[in-house]
Amino acid sequence: MYTQALNVPESGTAVDAGDADKAARFQAIVDREDKVEPNDWMPESYRRTLVRQISQHAHSEIIGMQPEGNWITRAPSLKRKAALLAKVQDEAGHGLYLYAAAETLGVSREELYEQLLSGKAKYSSIFNYPTLTWADIGAIGWLVDGAAIMNQIPLCRCSYGPYARAMIRICKEESFHQRQGYEIMATLCGGSVKQREMAQDALNRWWWPSLMMFGPSDKDSLHSSDTMRWKIKRFSNDDLRQRFVDATVPQGRHLGLTFPDPELRFDEQAGHWQFGEIDWAEFKRVLSGDGPCNRQRMQVRRELEADGAWVREAALVYARKQTERNSAAKIAAE
Amino acid sequence: MSETPMPLWEVFIRNRSGLPHKHCGSVHAPDATMALQAARDVYTRRGESVSIWVTPSSAIVASDPSDKEEMFEPTGSKIYRHPTFYKVPDDVGHM
Repeated sequence: MYTQALNVPESGTAVDAGDADKAARFQAIVDREDKVEPNDWMPESYRRTLVRQISQHAHSEIIGMQPEGNWITRAPSLKRKAALLAKVQDEAGHGLYLYAAAETLGVSREELYEQLLSGKAKYSSIFNYPTLTWADIGAIGWLVDGAAIMNQIPLCRCSYGPYARAMIRICKEESFHQRQGYEIMATLCGGSVKQREMAQDALNRWWWPSLMMFGPSDKDSLHSSDTMRWKIKRFSNDDLRQRFVDATVPQGRHLGLTFPDPELRFDEQAGHWQFGEIDWAEFKRVLSGDGPCNRQRMQVRRELEADGAWVREAALVYARKQTERNSAAKIAAE
Repeated sequence: MSETPMPLWEVFIRNRSGLPHKHCGSVHAPDATMALQAARDVYTRRGESVSIWVTPSSAIVASDPSDKEEMFEPTGSKIYRHPTFYKVPDDVGHM
């Protein structure tokens, strides 16, 4: 998902030192579905996992503004432009809710930005694919946001209070995203031959990367058992991926689209759509920085950060001067 | 990045008149005016609010979670603080 890199091994994993008592009490809180709040005692590895997960999620929202932002000025109508603008603003908002949630674990916003800009932190591989046509905006809303919702709804029940609360807000807003995307696809599919081809082409290019959003297959997935025990994660990657396929295939067929997977077929007995093997080599390549747009995404982010530096500096200096002036005026008046 | 850290503010919003302000998250901003502006943009994009409070996070004094028991447990045993502790004769009716 937006945090799929969590399943990639971390270097230098430390083991929690002692305090079995506190750990047992902590696990009891989690087991009875109570929430863990910022200043409560928590195992260091729980804290570390959450910081990584929440910040990767936040970075994904922020980088995710780029592929869609690419089409704001070229949206085909004022209505589509207003909706896309609102959607991209939501992604910014989601990033900010999540950064705020991560900060409650004792990491600063500056550190989090630094981890993203230096390339130390990961973000979802999906945002390293280009948006070549308007239909891609439809495919992103329908598939990418659809996949995100599938993963995020269980996160609303995550054991860490601030993360769960942020996810509740995010989920409320995501459903608009998915619907606007599907509507774009439906409109194209009801249009000219060329428009239908455009929709089909977008599905062809976004389908497999969307399935990769759920992360590695369960048999190759690390970190899973801890995050399940801590109730950060509720369902496995493969479970969520299957749910997404089951929900999405009928939606695509309704539009008259075909999925780019010759092995896709409905298994009557299991009641699930069976699908072909994901190209894991591509998944690893894109995640490790070698996808079609990784360099561009990072370059844009770094430039934006650098270009805004003087604004942040000026605002801080202004705030300091105002405070000084106000206190000088107060002293003079006394 | 060796920039000066941007101050942190806690955000409280009132969903509608008649309800109390409720904590909803935090924002970074250089001063109170910009904190309010940022809080509006981040937390009220869908008419969730009729009023916003922001306060420097450093100004909040909080109880220590490790003192939870001594802090709040004593009220647990004071059942005489609840109306159900008292008997009212049936023929008196509702009180």
